[in-house]
Amino acid sequence: MTGVAVTLRGLTKRFGNAAALDDLHLAIAAGEFVALLGPSGSGKTTLLRVLAGLEFAETGTIEIGGRSMHDVPARKRRIGFVFQHYALFRHMTVARNVAFGLEVMPRRDRPQPAAIRARAQELLEFMEIGGLADRYPDQISGGQRQRVALARALAIEPTLLLLDEPFGALDAKVRKNLRIWLRGLHDRMGLTSLFVTHDQAEALEMADRVAVLRAGRIEQVDTPDRLYAEPANAFVHEFLGESIRFDGAVSDGAVRFPLLPGVMLPTRCAAGPAVALLRPHEIGLRPGGGPAVVESVHAFGPLCRVRLRLADRVIEVLLPEGTSPPAPGAACGLDLSAARIYPESPRAGS
Amino acid sequence: MTSVPMPSALTPPRLQRAVLILLAVTLMGVLLLLPLVVVFSEALSQGFETVVEALETEDARAAIELTLLVAAITVPLNTVCGMAAAWCLARFQFPGRTLLATLVELPFSVSPVISGLVWVLLFGANGWFGPWLDAHGVRIIFALPGLVLATTFVTFPFVARALIPLMRAQGPAEEEAALTLGANAAQVFWHVTLPNIRWALMYGVLLCNARAMGEFGAVAVVSGHIRGQTLTMPLYVEALFNDYDWVGAFTVAALLSLLALVTLGLRVLLERHMDHGRGAA
Amino acid sequence: MRRPRRSALPGFGLTLGLTLTWLSLIVLIPLAALVLRPWELGAAGVWQSLTDPRVLAALRLSFGAAALAAAINLPFGLLIAWVMTRYRFPGRRLADALIDMPLALPTAVAGISLTALFAPKGWIGALLVPLGVKVAYTPLGVLVALVFVGLPFVVRTLEPVMLDLPAEAEEAAATLGATRLQTLCRVVLPALAPSLLTGFAAALARGVGEYGSVIFIAGNMPMVSEIAPLLIVIRLEQFDYAGAAALGLAMLLLSFLLLLALNRGQHRLARHLA
Repeated sequence: MTGVAVTLRGLTKRFGNAAALDDLHLAIAAGEFVALLGPSGSGKTTLLRVLAGLEFAETGTIEIGGRSMHDVPARKRRIGFVFQHYALFRHMTVARNVAFGLEVMPRRDRPQPAAIRARAQELLEFMEIGGLADRYPDQISGGQRQRVALARALAIEPTLLLLDEPFGALDAKVRKNLRIWLRGLHDRMGLTSLFVTHDQAEALEMADRVAVLRAGRIEQVDTPDRLYAEPANAFVHEFLGESIRFDGAVSDGAVRFPLLPGVMLPTRCAAGPAVALLRPHEIGLRPGGGPAVVESVHAFGPLCRVRLRLADRVIEVLLPEGTSPPAPGAACGLDLSAARIYPESPRAGS
Repeated sequence: MTSVPMPSALTPPRLQRAVLILLAVTLMGVLLLLPLVVVFSEALSQGFETVVEALETEDARAAIELTLLVAAITVPLNTVCGMAAAWCLARFQFPGRTLLATLVELPFSVSPVISGLVWVLLFGANGWFGPWLDAHGVRIIFALPGLVLATTFVTFPFVARALIPLMRAQGPAEEEAALTLGANAAQVFWHVTLPNIRWALMYGVLLCNARAMGEFGAVAVVSGHIRGQTLTMPLYVEALFNDYDWVGAFTVAALLSLLALVTLGLRVLLERHMDHGRGAA
Repeated sequence: MRRPRRSALPGFGLTLGLTLTWLSLIVLIPLAALVLRPWELGAAGVWQSLTDPRVLAALRLSFGAAALAAAINLPFGLLIAWVMTRYRFPGRRLADALIDMPLALPTAVAGISLTALFAPKGWIGALLVPLGVKVAYTPLGVLVALVFVGLPFVVRTLEPVMLDLPAEAEEAAATLGATRLQTLCRVVLPALAPSLLTGFAAALARGVGEYGSVIFIAGNMPMVSEIAPLLIVIRLEQFDYAGAAALGLAMLLLSFLLLLALNRGQHRLARHLA
């Protein structure tokens, strides 16, 4: 099995008036492991289903391995699809579930029954659940079902593996183990994989690249560290990780904040409303008077979390190790020089 | 790029769908609709006059009155007992509950003829109590009481069966809340239970009534077929049919078909209400 | 029956008492008569009364025609339930109400109207005469009436199960390369198998005891088109109460055993579909 490249261009699909996919473009390299991350309703699952041929975009093209998928029905795409709730066939044993994709092949391509059985067993062994072959789906645990669903999808030797919230129905501990295992599986088999999740930690930990979706569009596709360090816009910044936001306005090449008189940051943004966003550890404190008042200080381990009151807002900043924290009640100024400044987009905050 | 919009990959080709729908509709038309159409067509085959005449005979009148009388006695009795059965089966756990629930549904799995037969075995001329009743001048078989008993047997489960699943789904929380607020048993029933089950109750009563008026096999066994006295409408249909009074038979049958149509119509309405109530819950 | 768990809700004793009383008077005591009375003939007498050739022919017809009608109703019911749950088409609501027609229409009405339809001069009967097929007044007529009566049982059993079938299972089959036909045979039908059996059993049970819709169209020729319930009526008319009760009890026990067997089969099939 070798993974193939996937190219999506201009996919649009509407359900009634709502756009599930809105002129979506995405290129995935062969062998890549890409996570689709986004709030619910952002079109993640729709995108997977369109790729698998279970639903159809109104416009746009899909190329998998350089071949257009237009007019290729789901059953001929050879895409491994792992459904959110696994969709195992309840009336078949685990082994029969895994063998299904081989048993329904056209007669001339279909392996001998013995070969099918052997292949199914081999896959189950590979998934470390060889002993479950004769059980029924309702007789095994959630994590085991997940592996059966994967084995079933892999039995057709897919070049592209799609996983819809693969860990959604599992408890936290099983999730953690399966994550590492699944990533290992992807690497060993040389697949191209695309998986949907709404769990940031999962996406950032597992994927080569993460695509952040909002309202049917891709806001940014990047490696996890770049996504965190260099968010393309305010939405991505606020969606990934903790963010502290200051609303302001740009004029004469600098942004000013009503809450923070005297603070002025240079920017290349055009004049108009803008936001400055920072991670909690990126805000510096300047002791010796200012608009912010220290409410409380919690130091634990290497971190020191300081709660500040700024007018009617409360913000929490993280001070680096070794800095001596201010005393509660002290007034201090804020150093926002690390802020990323984005123009206030009309879609933000929706 | 153009692509044909399709709702889902599972949607079969249009032609296949059209063929399946056509087949199903044809099947339903021939098997389910045609028998109904034929009843009205035969009833009206000699014109409307004969229909009126057939319904104005004394025997027809007697049959209609008897049918209404039997239903008027059995339906309220079975409604009250059905509600009682639903209350104890849906609200309490006790040993033998499953057995009792099965017994309540038992009449549905008994042939109508057997439902009539059992009463003859008890009260007929050769029945256990037949000679004693005869000596005291009481007639049950070949008289109104027999018709009522047979009909009651057949329609026994309808109300309980309509109520139990709903009451189980609703649970006792609202009734318990009413108790904690100081309501007594009657108040709980009137103000909490009854409003919650009213649509399902009407549904059960509707089906119970339809079956009571339309029952044939059970009453055929206990009726004795005395014209003007023990013929309910379905039995009267049989009598006319056997007398080769084709139009007469189909006229009374048409009247019974109207009852069935009204029942079906009301049923659709009630089901909508019940779905609505469940959706809001 | 004692209440093992205290409940705050009122009315247990009253409603249970009423239910038990009414149940005993209306159902249990009469059925006791059915169970006890055949033995007036003695065991040998019961056996003799049941092995009469005419009785055996009637039982064979009642059970055979009911089973065949239920079997015919499987593809019919499957088709109708499939179309009703999967497709939207004009008149669908009307069609849905129509499915219950055999349950709502008094059996005597169904009986005479099926007779009128299938008589040699009837709308359908006239079409069959050139083919040499006689329906009315033959065992075939019994079959037609039982198909009519049993159809709603199969359709109404299948519909909720079809609605509950997860679309994902069919989608999964598609992504694994199955054609529509393969998906239907390997994924959909096996999932429906238990409810097909349930529907079959319900239609069968109804058909075995059916009387009103059958006797008009059957012609009621002894040994040929005479159903078992009619034979009960005939025995009663001859004041052979014990014989009638014996036949009634035999029918009840036979259906009970049959349903028990079907139920076990259904449980085995449904074990992994819960």
